[in-house]
Amino acid sequence: MLLEIKEVSKIYGNVWALKDVTLGVGPGEWLSIMGPSGSGKTTLLNIIGCLDKPSRGSVILDGADLSSLNSKQLTEVRRDKIGLVFQQFHLIPHLTAVENIMVAQYYHSMSDKRQALGALARVGLADRADHFPSQLSGGEQQRVCVARALINYPRLILADEPTGNLDEANEELILGLFRELHAEGHTLVVVTHDPDIGRLSDRQVSLEHGFIRCVQARSGEV
Amino acid sequence: MLRGSLANEGVLLVFLRMVRRSIVKGWHKKVLAVMTVTIGTALAVAMLNVSLDIGDKVDRELKDYGANILVIPNVEAIASEIEGVGLGARGIPSYLPDGEVPKLKTIFWSNNIVAFAPFLDVQASAPSGGQVPVIGTWFRKTLVVPTGETVTTGVRDIKSWWQVDGAWPDDESGDALAIVGQAVARQLSLKPGDSLNLAFPIEGSHNHTVKVSGIVSAGGEEDKQVFVPLPWLQEAVELQGQISRLEVSALTIPKNELARKAENDPESLTPEEFEVWYCSAYVDAIAYQIEEAIPGARARPIRQIAESEGIILGRVQLLMALLALAAVVSSALGISNLMGAAALERSKEVGLLKALGAYDSSVTWLFLAEAVLIGLIGGAMGFALGLGLAMFVSENVFRTTLEVKIVTAPAAFAIAVGVTVLGLLSVARVIARLEPARILVGR
Ligand SMILES: Nc1ncnc2c1ncn2[C@@H]1O[C@H](COP(=O)(O)OP(=O)(O)OP(=O)(O)O)[C@@H](O)[C@H]1O
Ligand SMILES: [Mg+2]
Repeated sequence: MLLEIKEVSKIYGNVWALKDVTLGVGPGEWLSIMGPSGSGKTTLLNIIGCLDKPSRGSVILDGADLSSLNSKQLTEVRRDKIGLVFQQFHLIPHLTAVENIMVAQYYHSMSDKRQALGALARVGLADRADHFPSQLSGGEQQRVCVARALINYPRLILADEPTGNLDEANEELILGLFRELHAEGHTLVVVTHDPDIGRLSDRQVSLEHGFIRCVQARSGEV
Repeated sequence: MLRGSLANEGVLLVFLRMVRRSIVKGWHKKVLAVMTVTIGTALAVAMLNVSLDIGDKVDRELKDYGANILVIPNVEAIASEIEGVGLGARGIPSYLPDGEVPKLKTIFWSNNIVAFAPFLDVQASAPSGGQVPVIGTWFRKTLVVPTGETVTTGVRDIKSWWQVDGAWPDDESGDALAIVGQAVARQLSLKPGDSLNLAFPIEGSHNHTVKVSGIVSAGGEEDKQVFVPLPWLQEAVELQGQISRLEVSALTIPKNELARKAENDPESLTPEEFEVWYCSAYVDAIAYQIEEAIPGARARPIRQIAESEGIILGRVQLLMALLALAAVVSSALGISNLMGAAALERSKEVGLLKALGAYDSSVTWLFLAEAVLIGLIGGAMGFALGLGLAMFVSENVFRTTLEVKIVTAPAAFAIAVGVTVLGLLSVARVIARLEPARILVGR
């Protein structure tokens, strides 16, 4: 297992955002996390992405127990092992597409413009490298985000509703990218409302009120 | 290698862009921040400068009194001997023997006597027909005192603020050299190297010629006087071994209850109190000891007013220091708030960088350039403004012209940097508290 989640709970005051979630993700697997709004999807993804700590339970990523790490060590795990794609893109508005990618390179190890340009080419944006986010469409911005998530060769790519703000055409483009990444052997955990995306993945997990309601493999059996 | 350096150039550009952005964005807040630093620095610089300057000036003023003890012949004693004549009161001069002068260094507090000079005052007629005071003194003389010690002292030490254009005469040379007050020099159009004819009102006396060795600017009565070597004048006016007065500069301690009691009525002291008083470096105790050492002399403290001025000054300085401190503290608080708010305003960017794996410290450094810029501009402007303020305060409150103290420049720099570092600390705190998870989902 690349990722093992064991009896993880997250409690905010008297809200149980997650309750005893146990889940494993193998290398190269594409897992979809589905569920209604407020069911704890983002909370779970944040915990996996070392952006948050569980109230209870343990998360083991690539052999390291995250619950024993301090916030600086969590930052390092996030930097070295995780690629993040957000629903709202989150690009730095005053940097060009390629510079946005170089920032991620810089905080990981060292910026390499050629490599950053390669990542942009990979998502089909080679000719938009010097454009600022405001000059890019939503779909293009999200592709820059995917390129940024990939740039440091993460062990795990996490995406929180990556197509939530996109029209169908752009959604198709992003999903095409995810399929490619999956085919190349990347491990993906994608939060989505969209049953079509769910069907593309190896496995779907449905959350409800912080519980795992059902797990569904691609073949269809529960 | 080449690739690496190219890559770094690229990242440098990225950083410059991020930093430039941070500086340009929300410029009105930055102007506010600069103003906060400016005002804090300005107040501190102004207070520091005025405080130091006034301190110096009062010090100099204290020295302006030359000495703090004046020793004169005890005219009253003489006057009472010749009942009814009122010798001293009529201004008929009386003298002290100059041979007694070294005895100053035999008193209990002799080590506190840092300088002294004898004076012989004579009126002479100048070539223009006017009267000019001619004063014989020691410029800087080395003498052996009764204890066997060698002491070098004179008017140069007691009037250390005198500015002499030209040269000081040598006491030992015996030449007829003079230091001429600048007012006299202007009146008689004298410059160093000129000769000056002096006629003394002595029977059978002839004219004397002295060579002007220097022109003194003292800023007081001395500018209207002529100073010559004491032995030369004594000979010229046939007053060998005589002086009119002796000025002594002694280190003293401020008066306290006991000193005031002794001043009002020395008889009222108990023997124990007297003992303590005598063995304390009060100016009166030292004067008392001088009178003991030099018979027929009267020693008077001549600096009381200045001394109390000194105490008030100390309080004013303390007050100004507190004001400066308050200014710096409030400016530090202000800058902390402003910069913290600036970091908070950019919480989305901060959160993203943290999510991408940047350490809190790395993100904080992005604000460094901004902080340094604010500090430098605020410090420089505060320094300039502070000097202006100090000049204004000097001119209008203390009625003197400010002398700029150079130490205030590094002080301004230190304050500006210190205040900005505090601002940066507050930025660091804000950054550490920002949780990327919440920011990125918009909570
Ligand atoms: N910081 C927080 N403080 C308090 N409650 C929180 C916090 N974060 C999440 N919650 C609560 O936890 C529950 C799960 O939230 P979460 O964001 O994980 O839901 P979600 O499944 O991602 O929903 P959506 O589909 O709307 O994004 C919600 O009820 C939410 O209100
Ligand atoms: Mg969510």
